Amino acid sequence: MNAFLDQWLTPVLMMVAVLLVFPLLAGYIVLVERKVLADMQVRLGPMRVGPHGLMQPLADALKLMLKEDIVPAGADRFIFWAAPITSTFTALTAFTVIPFSQGLRITDVNIGLLVISAMASIGILGLVLGGWASNSHYSLLGSLRSAAQLVSYEVALALAILNGVMAAGSLSMVRIVEAQREQGVWFAFANYGFMLVAFYVFLIAGTAESNRLPFDLPEAESELVAGFHTEYSGFRWALFMLAEYGNLFVLSSMGVTLFWGGWLRPFPGVAWLDVPLNYGVPVLLFAGTGAWCFPLAGRLKYGAHRVSLRIVGGVLGAVGALLLHPGVNEAVRGPFWFFAKVAVLIYLMIWFRGTWPRFRYDQLMDIGWKRLIPLGLVCLLVNAVLGLVGR
Amino acid sequence: MIDTALFYVFALMTLGGGILCITRRNAVHAAIWLIASLMGVAGLFLLQRAEFLFAVQIVLYIGGIMVLFLFVIMLINLDTAAAERQYSGQWKLALGAVVLAGGEIAWVMARGLPGLGAAAAVQDGGEGGSDGNVERLADLLFSEYLLPFEIVSILLLAAIVGSVFLARRRTS
Repeated sequence: MNAFLDQWLTPVLMMVAVLLVFPLLAGYIVLVERKVLADMQVRLGPMRVGPHGLMQPLADALKLMLKEDIVPAGADRFIFWAAPITSTFTALTAFTVIPFSQGLRITDVNIGLLVISAMASIGILGLVLGGWASNSHYSLLGSLRSAAQLVSYEVALALAILNGVMAAGSLSMVRIVEAQREQGVWFAFANYGFMLVAFYVFLIAGTAESNRLPFDLPEAESELVAGFHTEYSGFRWALFMLAEYGNLFVLSSMGVTLFWGGWLRPFPGVAWLDVPLNYGVPVLLFAGTGAWCFPLAGRLKYGAHRVSLRIVGGVLGAVGALLLHPGVNEAVRGPFWFFAKVAVLIYLMIWFRGTWPRFRYDQLMDIGWKRLIPLGLVCLLVNAVLGLVGR
Repeated sequence: MIDTALFYVFALMTLGGGILCITRRNAVHAAIWLIASLMGVAGLFLLQRAEFLFAVQIVLYIGGIMVLFLFVIMLINLDTAAAERQYSGQWKLALGAVVLAGGEIAWVMARGLPGLGAAAAVQDGGEGGSDGNVERLADLLFSEYLLPFEIVSILLLAAIVGSVFLARRRTS
């Protein structure tokens, strides 16, 4: 019975959970992105649907599903249909090897990182073929740009990832985190801090791989309308968006697992920080956010919004109180740290988008080939030597 | 049982994809079928418990080479390419090559190869769990097969230098 549970039931339940939860999560990442960008530009962002726009993702999803589905004349119908599916499918498949915590994962294979890279590289095809099949110049240009960009930055990304793999001595996502627990340090700060360079390369190449500003040449709206998905509408467009945010999440998870200790708390080697960090941070975070909802609610215009924001605040406060219970805390601290760290990385990427102008195409190639790849190679060499010395 | 079924699925992908790849008139469709064929090969690697080869096959061939193929196909003028005659009429040469390659494969299958022992060693390591497929492959590549490995590296380096040289000469 136990073997059956381990082998079939848990993975299948996790898969269903990921498939059900992730689209919602993606919607809320979009909401967070809009809110953060709005805040950076001293605006309010979505405010109408739900208190402070909290129901906006659901409204958007409904709108996208009801929109007319347009296939442009002269489009290659089969590829046009298959491209968004490919993108979404690969983005969601990559979730199979991400360990959310020690026990909360779909599976652990000994080539976990390579599976994510492989899925990412098939995902590129969705972008490239979707743009080509649209029979539109803007889309085709977007496709060509994304093909060149993704292939270029894949090299730098792989070099950065290799640093973490080298430090852990394994390609399995779980064993990479375990290695960080054994060494008592997040890999970003290992090797006398030199791994930070690898993380820096990873962050830049990762931003480029996920087609986000300042590397969003494939969908540069000022010149290419929307790049490769110009001709897509309604649900197919929603699938591309889902894939994009799926890739963003997978990439952040990869960064967290490789460099930020996965489900481990900060300073995993310092024992006396156990209670203050594992209890203090989550409780303060939830209870504080919950408490903050109440003064915010008082300033809202509609009665229903005021009431619902207070309910949200109450729920967050209750979650915070629940986290004080040792059993509950024990159970959720792994996922809490993992998702908190992923959220920080995603926030970082939104921050990039809010502050930096887009690169020109030749600058993009320059950064990829002439700076990041040499830097990645040097970093790999130095980290190899430092790792051997430290051992 | 499920392994056998999967083997036929992947074999069909490989062969069917290959045949469709050379018979489609549209170059992009041909490329897509080639991708299907390469994925079938990756699946066969996975069935043989060569996880590392499976992942590398996808990352390199599909993520790298095929994306560049598509890049080039999209850049060239497809209408003129489609109007060209599809086969160059070298039936005799092609038939000879097929017979030669087929005969070679049949001979190897009938006789067996002594070098296949190394592959078995890699597989045994993969089953152990603690010592994975990747580690065993690396051990073999950097100890027993170090010289061939380095020769291949130098060959690839020569190819890179050669292509850079050709590209430079044309532009200046």
